[in-house]
Amino acid sequence: MFYLFGFGAVFGAVATVTSRKPVMSALFLIVNMLCLAALYAQLEAHLIAVLQVVVYAGAIVVLALFVIMLLNLQEKQGLVRRHKIALQIIGGVIVAIIVTSLAGSVDPSAIPISAEGMEEFGTVAGVAKVLFTRYILPFEIASVLLLAAIVGAVILSRSKV
Amino acid sequence: MDIAVPINYYLILSAVLFAIGAIGVVTRRNAIVIYMSIEVMLNAVNLTFIAFARQLGDMGGHVFTFMIMAVAAAEAAVGLAIIIALFRNKRSVDVDEVNLLKG
Repeated sequence: MFYLFGFGAVFGAVATVTSRKPVMSALFLIVNMLCLAALYAQLEAHLIAVLQVVVYAGAIVVLALFVIMLLNLQEKQGLVRRHKIALQIIGGVIVAIIVTSLAGSVDPSAIPISAEGMEEFGTVAGVAKVLFTRYILPFEIASVLLLAAIVGAVILSRSKV
Repeated sequence: MDIAVPINYYLILSAVLFAIGAIGVVTRRNAIVIYMSIEVMLNAVNLTFIAFARQLGDMGGHVFTFMIMAVAAAEAAVGLAIIIALFRNKRSVDVDEVNLLKG
């Protein structure tokens, strides 16, 4: 199961980055996010898995699709020189090697899974209990952030910018 | 459900997704595709949070993922508004053509 959804997520991400048409990118982004939601469910993060589908695959990608259709974009080709792109990709691959070797060096036996016996790990009740007690300040700050984002979006989308 | 998958696999998958998103950000020129690559990177980080939350039995990771989702939603609203404003002024969303802040 892990390999199925893992390869699905990687395929979705690669296709998002390499697709010529932005609409195809957005659709492959949905594939990537649904596979990640399945992985979250396997990691017993049920609330986050549902939120991933609703918020990311639902709201955010649909918003991006609206903008793509509103602007009716055409991708221009051949503007960046070949060697420049090759350099960027080589840099990206080096970053990938460094980060994956870092991730691979974590010894899983050193940190035993301590979530196994927990009753309501990852459920709505469990996450809510933590969110509204220990993390109440970040929660309130997030509300201010969203308000600021609403005001900013309204100001930016007025006719005169 | 396969509980047997060790945390390394999730971390490596997350690192690969992050690198793919980073390559997308630096190689593409379409602002919307860059925005979607940033979403891929944010999701990769979320996967790391969730994997460690389960391994350590601490639901703080879930709360933090929740916060990242809120930030991503705010970013979607503001970022796409910026892209629309950009398109209105320049008739294009090619990031190479945007040089207002260039000295």
